[in-house]
Amino acid sequence: MALWTFFGLRQGSATTRWPAPDGDDGQADVLGMPRYHPELCGDGCGVCAEACPTGAIIVDPAGKIEVDYGRCIACQLCVEACPDGAMTASGDWAFGVRRREDLRWSENGDAPASPAPTAGYRRSLHIRHVDAGSCNGCESELQALNNPIYNLHRLGIFFTPSPRFADLLLVTGPVTNAMIEPLKAAYEAMPEPRWVMATGTCAVSGALTGGGYAAQRGLGDTLPVDVWLPGCPPNPAAIIEALLMFLDRMPQRVRGGTYGE
Amino acid sequence: MIAADQAPIARSEPIRVIDIGTDVLVSNAQGLRTTGSRLKMVYARRVAEDRIELRYVIEELPGAGFTVWRCAIGKTAPSLADVWPLLSWDEREIMELYGVTFLGHPDPRPLVLHPTVEGGPVSRVVEEDVSEPGLRAAGVLPEIAGAKLDVQLLPFGPVRAGVVESGAFFFGYVGEHILEYEPQLFFKHRGMEARFEGLPPEAGTVLAERVSAVGSVAHAFAYCRAVEACASCMPPERAHWGRVLLAEMERIYNHLHFLGHLADTTTLKVGQAEGMLLEEQAKRLNARLTGSRFLRNMLTPGGLRRDIDPGDWLAPSLAQLRSRTERYTKLLKHSDSFLDRLLTTGPLPSEVAFDQGATGPVARASGLDRDLRRDHPYGAYDQFPPTIAKHDEADAHARFHVRVDEIMASFALLDALLSRAPQGSIRERCAGVPNSEGLGWVEGARGAMVYAVHLDERVRLSRVKIRSPSFSNWRAFPFTVQDSNMMDYAINEASFGLTIAGCDR
Ligand code: SF4
Ligand code: SF4
Repeated sequence: MALWTFFGLRQGSATTRWPAPDGDDGQADVLGMPRYHPELCGDGCGVCAEACPTGAIIVDPAGKIEVDYGRCIACQLCVEACPDGAMTASGDWAFGVRRREDLRWSENGDAPASPAPTAGYRRSLHIRHVDAGSCNGCESELQALNNPIYNLHRLGIFFTPSPRFADLLLVTGPVTNAMIEPLKAAYEAMPEPRWVMATGTCAVSGALTGGGYAAQRGLGDTLPVDVWLPGCPPNPAAIIEALLMFLDRMPQRVRGGTYGE
Repeated sequence: MIAADQAPIARSEPIRVIDIGTDVLVSNAQGLRTTGSRLKMVYARRVAEDRIELRYVIEELPGAGFTVWRCAIGKTAPSLADVWPLLSWDEREIMELYGVTFLGHPDPRPLVLHPTVEGGPVSRVVEEDVSEPGLRAAGVLPEIAGAKLDVQLLPFGPVRAGVVESGAFFFGYVGEHILEYEPQLFFKHRGMEARFEGLPPEAGTVLAERVSAVGSVAHAFAYCRAVEACASCMPPERAHWGRVLLAEMERIYNHLHFLGHLADTTTLKVGQAEGMLLEEQAKRLNARLTGSRFLRNMLTPGGLRRDIDPGDWLAPSLAQLRSRTERYTKLLKHSDSFLDRLLTTGPLPSEVAFDQGATGPVARASGLDRDLRRDHPYGAYDQFPPTIAKHDEADAHARFHVRVDEIMASFALLDALLSRAPQGSIRERCAGVPNSEGLGWVEGARGAMVYAVHLDERVRLSRVKIRSPSFSNWRAFPFTVQDSNMMDYAINEASFGLTIAGCDR
């Protein structure tokens, strides 16, 4: 295997320094959730709401637009439909939040109180992943976390095969009926304190794939959720940001459906 | 630019729908076995509250399109699973979801709906009058012929180690030797086909893309083609070109993932890391081109939603990825420890591959020379013909080689596509016709993807059937596991390159 050793050495390290300030998150070209600009919305025609396949956009009884990013799959259909350019494509993908309400944008929405910090969880983090009916997009990005570029281990975050050693249960998919029991069993097997992260728009709200005769509408009805991360799928950097946010090592970017820099 | 005199040729091969009675079903199916045609799938469709119609989809010889047998039935139909074993799972699914009994089915256990789970579509209650012998209670382990006390039974899953899709597997083994193996899938069944029903056809594309992310383009492509067949709509030249470009980029990142994963199962760590790195680079090219690492949100019935701009960066970026991939695969091909684990592992004889419905690289590694891109061309494949890889050894090593050859063929095809890009519009109006139906097929990274679409009188989707390559290949895979070695299992599974989401739907 000298060949591979030599090959490996010659390739050098590919690992990004991100999230250090001089690092590259590698998602420069990824389209995230569209931004809503109420000032550009003309007569509230609601074309965006009609175009939205998940019901992320609704027109409330007063004719005002409301956006629930917990249902958004970043399909860009509203961007293409809006005649006024009030829905614009963006690179907003770091949508991990502690409170589900923080994913909702509404003109009348109360300014949300800042979320309670976690119990100062600062050890290395061990994650048990359970696929509860994903399309495998979320898995593909979770697997990418262990590629040489993202190299999750460097951040002290590990996937563990056993729920008994896990601090965080990371769930993907809308929760199919057949996965409810296995999912609960994995959760029950975890030692306390334990946390749960809904990863991907399916797990957050069911979006396109939940409901129906075979699946729930996301994780919320099955387990208590501590971190919500919509995205279809959330890219590797979005997953890392959400995990670091949970560990209080990065700020939460989204409040009241508004994306901060 | 395509010269003006190179007028586009008709791109849809004929699809014939023929009415056929249940009395001649078995004999016709038997007759088909000698013609070189291949039954691809059967699906059911509720035409009235108490009337079911079965649709048998047949892939004819190259260039001769597809034939569909339409067969009106009552509550029963003769099973064709003995004649065409690849229909076995289709029939089991129909029994559950449509309450039909297939008489003489060799293994009529439930497949898709899990026994512990309430539900099922309201109008699709499973009838209790299935009186066929051999029906076993769901969830019971397969019987092992001549089972002795020292056979160990190992149920494994649905939650397994690592970041993997959910699925359960039953092993019956002695020592290292696997005597019996059965995958229990469909824990991830989301009822995706039903989610289409009632939607306008243009709204179905994003849904098709979310059946299996790593096949987003293949799903969307086949779906759009089926809708276009309903509307007799012909997308413009540049849309055909763009779709093929996206489809080949999908093949490349999938096959790179395959190589990294296969290296991992043989504990070749540097080989795994390099494969994952190349996959990441390919996904970044996807993102730069389309805004999505999975090439999503580009297709629509009638063409493309947005134009594709390869600028002056895509060709050199692909060239770079190609030379790095070449170096990588060359090293893999010279790593004895890696090759030793693949050679003679998990052989799938060509007759078994044909009978059980194996498709894509798996089938081509078992000597079946089939590829929809060449045999029934669509999109721009008639103008940009792919080189088809084929091997006869039928083992994991052959499956590895086919994929390596296919990556290189895709790079070459992308070169050709980028040097001869047609200009013009990207989207044609695609208004469906009431009460119409269409079939769409593509060759995805994992093999044949077929969508059947039916529109009702309001031009809404009334039935969408998805036959994904992973559904086909999961059916064939167990035949390579029985009578094999525990130590080879993970390698063998990786060499099939299966997804569970695509299979479970
Ligand atoms: S991008 Fe999000 S909000 Fe816009 S249409 Fe798609 S799902 Fe709806
Ligand atoms: S959120 Fe999107 S990528 Fe993730 S499982 Fe659901 S459909 Fe797939």
